Amino acid sequence: MLIPHPLLGLRDAQEFTYLGDARLIDRPDGMAEGAEAAFAEYVYLRDNPAGVHRELWFHEQGDRSWLVVTRDTTTHEILGAELARDAKLKGGAA
Amino acid sequence: MHFSGLRVIREALTGHKGWKPLWRNPEPQPAYDYIIVGGGGHGLATAYYLAKTFGRARIAVLEKSWLGSGNIGRNTTIIRSNYLLPGNEPFYEFSMKLWEGLEQEFNFNAMVSQRGILNLCHTDAQRDAFRRRGNAMLLAGADAELLDPQQVRAMAPFLNFDNARFPIKGGLLQRRAGTARHDGVAWGYARGADMRGVDLIQNCEVTGFRIDGGRISGVETTRGYIAAGKVGVAVAGSSGRVMAMAGMRLPIESHVLQAFVSEGLKPTIPGVITFGAGHFYVSQSDKGGLVFGGDIDGYNSYAQRGNLPVIEDVTEGGMALMPMIGRARLLRVWGGIMDMSMDGSPIIDRTPVEGLYLNAGWCYGGFKATPASGYAFAHLLATDRPHETAGAYRLDRFARGYVIDEKGVGAQPNLH
Ligand SMILES: Cc1cc2nc3c(=O)[nH]c(=O)nc-3n(C[C@H](O)[C@H](O)[C@H](O)COP(=O)(O)OP(=O)(O)OC[C@H]3O[C@@H](n4cnc5c(N)ncnc54)[C@H](O)[C@@H]3O)c2cc1C
Repeated sequence: MLIPHPLLGLRDAQEFTYLGDARLIDRPDGMAEGAEAAFAEYVYLRDNPAGVHRELWFHEQGDRSWLVVTRDTTTHEILGAELARDAKLKGGAA
Repeated sequence: MHFSGLRVIREALTGHKGWKPLWRNPEPQPAYDYIIVGGGGHGLATAYYLAKTFGRARIAVLEKSWLGSGNIGRNTTIIRSNYLLPGNEPFYEFSMKLWEGLEQEFNFNAMVSQRGILNLCHTDAQRDAFRRRGNAMLLAGADAELLDPQQVRAMAPFLNFDNARFPIKGGLLQRRAGTARHDGVAWGYARGADMRGVDLIQNCEVTGFRIDGGRISGVETTRGYIAAGKVGVAVAGSSGRVMAMAGMRLPIESHVLQAFVSEGLKPTIPGVITFGAGHFYVSQSDKGGLVFGGDIDGYNSYAQRGNLPVIEDVTEGGMALMPMIGRARLLRVWGGIMDMSMDGSPIIDRTPVEGLYLNAGWCYGGFKATPASGYAFAHLLATDRPHETAGAYRLDRFARGYVIDEKGVGAQPNLH
C-alpha cells in the first residue's frame, strides 16, 4: 500500500505504524462527569466498519508525523491522507 | 448413515454408490426456538451441543454462504491447550479433552492428530516464562514438558540452533496438542447437528435483528423474516458488522491473517513448531505440504487477502528458524478475517438485548476452541448461565478492568 503523505508525497505503508480508528484524536475529558464510562468506551469500543474507515498512521520511519488516512477496509484502497494536526484543528476526527 | 471400516470396504467393493449427502438442505421455517447466526465451526458446534441437550427444540443455523466457508476452512489447523492465565487454561484444556473424544462422539473422521506442539525459547527469560506456563498447564490438568536444547535437537535436528541472534535454548512441549482437519471438523458437527434435527440453512445472510422492547423476536434475512426465541451470533471476523445491526459497538477490530502452504514434501516436521522470538509457526499436513503462518497484516481489513510485506516477514521468520525451508516452493497464500479483541481473548456472553447472545473475539486462535466454544455457547443459550470454564469471557470485563491479556502486550489489537 502507498500512502499519499500531504507533505512528502507517496510513501510505502511499511514506513508507518498503525494505531487504529482516527476517533482516538478525540480524547474524552478526564475531569468531566461520567469520565470513567467515557474512557472505557474510548479505549476499548470500536465501530469497525466494512468500507470507508478513517484511521491513524504514524510515519515512524519518515518525518514522524501522525496522519489521518481514509481507507476502504474491503479493498485496501487509500482514498486520502491529511496531517492529524490539521484534522484536530478542524474540530476532530469525525 | 453410519461410518465404519466395514462400510468403507463395502463401498469400495460396490463402486462407492451408497454414500449419501451429509446433511439435508431444508427451506427455512417461519419460526425457531434457537437461531444460530454463522455456519462456521463455532456455530455448527453450538447447534450440535444444543440439539444434544434438547432433542425437541427447533434449532436453525443460518449461514450467508456455504457451511465452513469462513475461517474454519482457512486456518492452519493447530489445536493445543498451552495457555497461562486462569481465565483461559481450563477452557482450552476442556476443549482439548473434547477433541480427544470428538471423532468417536460424532462418528466422523476429523483427522485429529496429536503430533505435539513445540514452542521454542531463545533467552533465559523466555525459558523461565515457559516454565511458569508449563506449571500453569499442569495445574489445570494439561500436559507440559520443558525440553533442553539437546532434547530439541533430537526431535528437530534441522532447526537453526546457532543463530547468532536467536539461539535455541530449549522449548515447551505439549505432546497432546497437534492438528485436526479443519473442514472435517465443520462437516462432522454439521452432520451431527443435522442428524439431531437442526435445520442448516445455507445462502441465508442475516441482514437485521427485530428487537421489541429490548427483547429479540427474530432476524431479517436474505430469505425473509424468521422469528426466534433466542438468537446466538457466532460469525467470527464479522462480529463488528453483525452486532452493529443490533446497535452495539464491540471491543473488536477486524484484521486479516494470512496462511501459507508449500508443495508436498516427504515427512519432515514431526509436529507443530513455533519460533518464539519472532512469530512463525509451521506444521506438515498429511499430504506433505508445509503449513505455516505468522503475524496479522496490522490494520483493519475485511478484504480476505493480505499484502506482500507480511509474506516477506513470515518467510524471513521461516528462513531464520529452518533455513532448508528456502528450498521449498510456496503453493498457496490466502487470508482470513478475524475479530481482534482488545485483550486478545474471546467473548461468550449475553448482550444488553434480551435473548441475543454473542460468541466473538477469537482472534487468530479460535479453531482449537471449536468444541469448547460450541459447548459453552450452547450451555449459555440453554441455561442463561456461563459454562464453568467460560466464566471469564464476559463482555463487560473491559469496563470492569478484568481483561484477559494472555500475551501481556496491552490493549492494542495489532499487538496480539
Ligand atoms: C489464516 C488463519 C489461520 C488460523 N490458524 C489457527 C490455528 O492454527 N489454530 C487455531 O486455533 N485458530 C486458528 N485460526 C483462527 C480460527 O480459524 C478462528 O478463530 C475460528 O475458525 C473462528 O470460528 P468459526 O470457525 O466459527 O468461524 P467461521 O468459519 O469464520 O464462521 C463464521 C461464519 O459466519 C458467517 N457469517 C458472517 N456474517 C453472517 C451473516 N450476516 N449472516 C449469516 N452468516 C454470516 C460466515 O460466512 C462464516 O461462515 C486461524 C485463522 C486464520 C484466518
